Amino acid sequence: MKQLLAFIRKEFYHVFRDKRTLLILFGLPIAQIVLFGFALSSEVKNIGIAVLDNAHDATSEQIVDRIKTSSYFLFKDPVLNLTEIDEKFKEGSIKCALLFPANFGNELGRSGKAQVQIITDASDPNTATIVVNYLTAILANYQQQLNPTARLPYEIIPQVRQLYNEEQNGSLNFIPGVIALIFMIVCTTLTSVSIVREKELGTMEILLVSPFKPVMVLVAKAVPYLVLSVVNLIIILLLSVFLLHVQIKGSLILIFAESILFIITCLSLGLLISNQTNSQQTAMLMSMMGMMLPTLILTGFMFPLENMPWIFQAISHILPSRYYYIIIKAVMLKGLGFSYVWKETLILLAMALFLLAVALKNFKIRLS
Amino acid sequence: MKNTISDKAIICKNLTKRFGDFKAVDQITFDVDRGEIFGFLGANGAGKTTAMRILCGLSHPTSGEANVAGFDVYKQREKIKANIGYMSQKFSLYENLTVLENIEFYGGVYGLSRSEIRTRSEKLIATLGLTNEAKKLVGELPLGWKQKLAFSVAIFHRPKIVFLDEPTGGVDPVTRRQFWDLIYEAAADGITVFVTTHYMDEAEYCNRISVMVDGRVEALDSPRNLKKEFNTHSMDEVFYQLARKAKRS
Amino acid sequence: MKILRFILRKEFLQIFRDKTIIAMMFAVPIIQLVILPLAANFEVKNINVAFVDNDHSTYSQKLVSKIASSGYFRIVGNSASYREALKMIEKSKADIVLEIPAGFERSLVREGRQQVNMSVDAINGTKASIGGAYLTVVIADFNRSLDVNTKAPDNKVAALSAIIDITYSDWFNPHKEYKYYMVPGILVLLLTLIGGFITALNIVREKEIGTIEQINVTPIKKWQFILGKLIPFWFVGIIVFTVGLIAMYVVYGIFPKGSIPLLYLFASVYLIALLGFGLLISTFSNSQLQAMFVAFFFMMIFMLMSGFFTSIDSMPNWARQMSNLTPVTHFIKVVRLIVLKGSGLSQVKMELFYLIGFAIALNSFAIYNYKKTN
Repeated sequence: MKQLLAFIRKEFYHVFRDKRTLLILFGLPIAQIVLFGFALSSEVKNIGIAVLDNAHDATSEQIVDRIKTSSYFLFKDPVLNLTEIDEKFKEGSIKCALLFPANFGNELGRSGKAQVQIITDASDPNTATIVVNYLTAILANYQQQLNPTARLPYEIIPQVRQLYNEEQNGSLNFIPGVIALIFMIVCTTLTSVSIVREKELGTMEILLVSPFKPVMVLVAKAVPYLVLSVVNLIIILLLSVFLLHVQIKGSLILIFAESILFIITCLSLGLLISNQTNSQQTAMLMSMMGMMLPTLILTGFMFPLENMPWIFQAISHILPSRYYYIIIKAVMLKGLGFSYVWKETLILLAMALFLLAVALKNFKIRLS
Repeated sequence: MKNTISDKAIICKNLTKRFGDFKAVDQITFDVDRGEIFGFLGANGAGKTTAMRILCGLSHPTSGEANVAGFDVYKQREKIKANIGYMSQKFSLYENLTVLENIEFYGGVYGLSRSEIRTRSEKLIATLGLTNEAKKLVGELPLGWKQKLAFSVAIFHRPKIVFLDEPTGGVDPVTRRQFWDLIYEAAADGITVFVTTHYMDEAEYCNRISVMVDGRVEALDSPRNLKKEFNTHSMDEVFYQLARKAKRS
Repeated sequence: MKILRFILRKEFLQIFRDKTIIAMMFAVPIIQLVILPLAANFEVKNINVAFVDNDHSTYSQKLVSKIASSGYFRIVGNSASYREALKMIEKSKADIVLEIPAGFERSLVREGRQQVNMSVDAINGTKASIGGAYLTVVIADFNRSLDVNTKAPDNKVAALSAIIDITYSDWFNPHKEYKYYMVPGILVLLLTLIGGFITALNIVREKEIGTIEQINVTPIKKWQFILGKLIPFWFVGIIVFTVGLIAMYVVYGIFPKGSIPLLYLFASVYLIALLGFGLLISTFSNSQLQAMFVAFFFMMIFMLMSGFFTSIDSMPNWARQMSNLTPVTHFIKVVRLIVLKGSGLSQVKMELFYLIGFAIALNSFAIYNYKKTN
């Protein structure tokens, strides 16, 4: 036991002396949380809009005023013709344009009907759709004003409640995603590289020849990274609560328990990878390309899973991170209990045990 | 005795390299004659690699003077580099380039013309007996051949001095002997050879050796004189007596 | 100058003998361009709605079927109670719960107003807001089309005194196909990953093996060494870009509307900036692992801030400034402009200046930092 502790201590030294990697390891989740929490949002605001006003009458100018004061739009200088609109689209300074025909106000007053044209830059389809919705709403609102007495005699009023996200913090999806990513990086990539480095340097053989049980070598390597990961988890949780004002609704114990389960899964993966190669470079490549990339793409926090072709969704089912993500989302953000995630937990447990068993067996085979 | 400056390949006076409080090289003073085979001995941690790196222009000295191939290590480093050759224990040749490609690369880097490179490389390959291997990747050659080739490449451009950092690690005594034959040839050609080693039999091959202990030069003389001074028949003994005093290593 | 030629020869020989790099040049662009667009689909469709119909009236059933047939929604359940329906949200099977209260039809006709309750799973912000907005629109439509309303004598809406009629035009991507937006962005991502990592890893590997020391001891000058690294990898990058462009056309039928030479001009400058960045990283790293992590850290931040995932316009000011300080942002903007809208040099010259600025700054910093003597 004392030997194991000594070994673990040496491993901690290795890890903490590489200050640069450590910086990145802690900096990455912090940077991501800050970015996702404050800078990135799926909302659409400050959309550049140009107005081609051929009417210049009271009505058109009133509408333009509304656009100017709306936070959705960023009003750019008025344009004189379609060529200018095209030019501004091509410069990327506007995403849409509103055109009033001459006599807009007069037409409206005389025949009760007038036309406007909305031109959108559909190269970004989502924004284009949203722009159309916003502009239509502004116009409809104005139209409502023109007909003050017009109201539907029978009105259905929807009351909307936002669940789980009263602060309306954009998307909270990313928090469990960031956690899963960090665990993958630390536990799979770093662990596998660390073990392989030992092999490359030749010191692994020395350890194996010592009275140390080989399994202890692996345990000693894994412990610092386990600790690092848990510390990272704590940091992410603290940041979410204090910086982003997210409420952790579920049981912290459950969160930590599931996290440790997932960490063990990642560590087993790291071990498995380290068994396959003696070169640090290959280990790095395998973990990054083979593990992290699919995790990034197919876990469901970066890209919506439901839009993907079935084969991707199928592959997603064999990724442990997918289940961890579902579990943490449910427990941390929705405040649900174990009864809701027992299925995923079971799957994760099975994966962890399976991977651990395979990795250990593999390791033993390599030895003999 | 002609001891004018132009005959000295390397001159060091009170050369010091400090890392914080730690004096890796502590006021060493020595010089090396032209055409000499100078052995630079010392235990691990004694400071010999650091000293050599200063002389090659790879490291800034903290204080003191040093003159290599007639150029000052503070102000004329690039001129030094144009006039020396170097072979390190970690690496010398690109494993994924062929023998010929390695030779051509270094030849070009040191400013030889294409025709010079061609003539010399043909001669080199023939002398080393590598005619059949010329187009093979260096990584495929056995270690002994690699080392001999590396040395030949290091002196390909006829430098004034060649620095060898533990060049014969890992090969059998016969191959080492053959390697030293090459060194003798180079010295006979007028190239000064500055070699670090901890094989004591190789120390015997040198004209003079210096022994570094704890960053200082504790002995500087021909092997014969040193053996007489320490009253022993082997360089091993000389080294052992000096190294025993060491506080580091 | 002659020395540079020798260095370039050696570097090219080494690169083309390195199987990993060859694989990277061809396999990675193709794989990325085929797989990523399939995965990176941010369209909002199939919003899952769970109903709680406490009324079971003609109106409530008509509302449900109208929502079902609108094409955006998928009815995933008709629960007996709000609590049951909520469970579907908890299990992430439903995105929205719409509760129609008991007596809906009767109260609407009698009192002229009636509420319906919408609960939205707001964890996924995009889906929530777009889904909620759509649902509101469909309900409003339904509202207007109710015969009580259309046949109402005092329905002033039918007799609106002023209607604004809107026509819509979608330029550059009339069918609003998502791939047109995503694929050029992925091309940039591809180039960024390869350009950013490749120099850093290559140089740091030389540091680890010891070949750098051998170079430092020769009369090779700093600038020769650096150019000797930049030029071959620049070629690799251009090849990757070309393979990417070809894949973009063959797989997605996207052919740049604008000038291809202009595209290459930007790609070239961008590559120089990226490679300089990789160079810079290599001067700070001692091991390949470190280099990889540092590069990954910065690449991740650059990509997130670049407008690839989320729109730059909606960022707070400070974030937008930061975004402008990354070369990726400008290159993505330009690629989208040139490929999708056919923008010309005069329209994107600001971006060109930015990129040139980055290229100069990053490379100068890297050259300054690289020391032959320590």
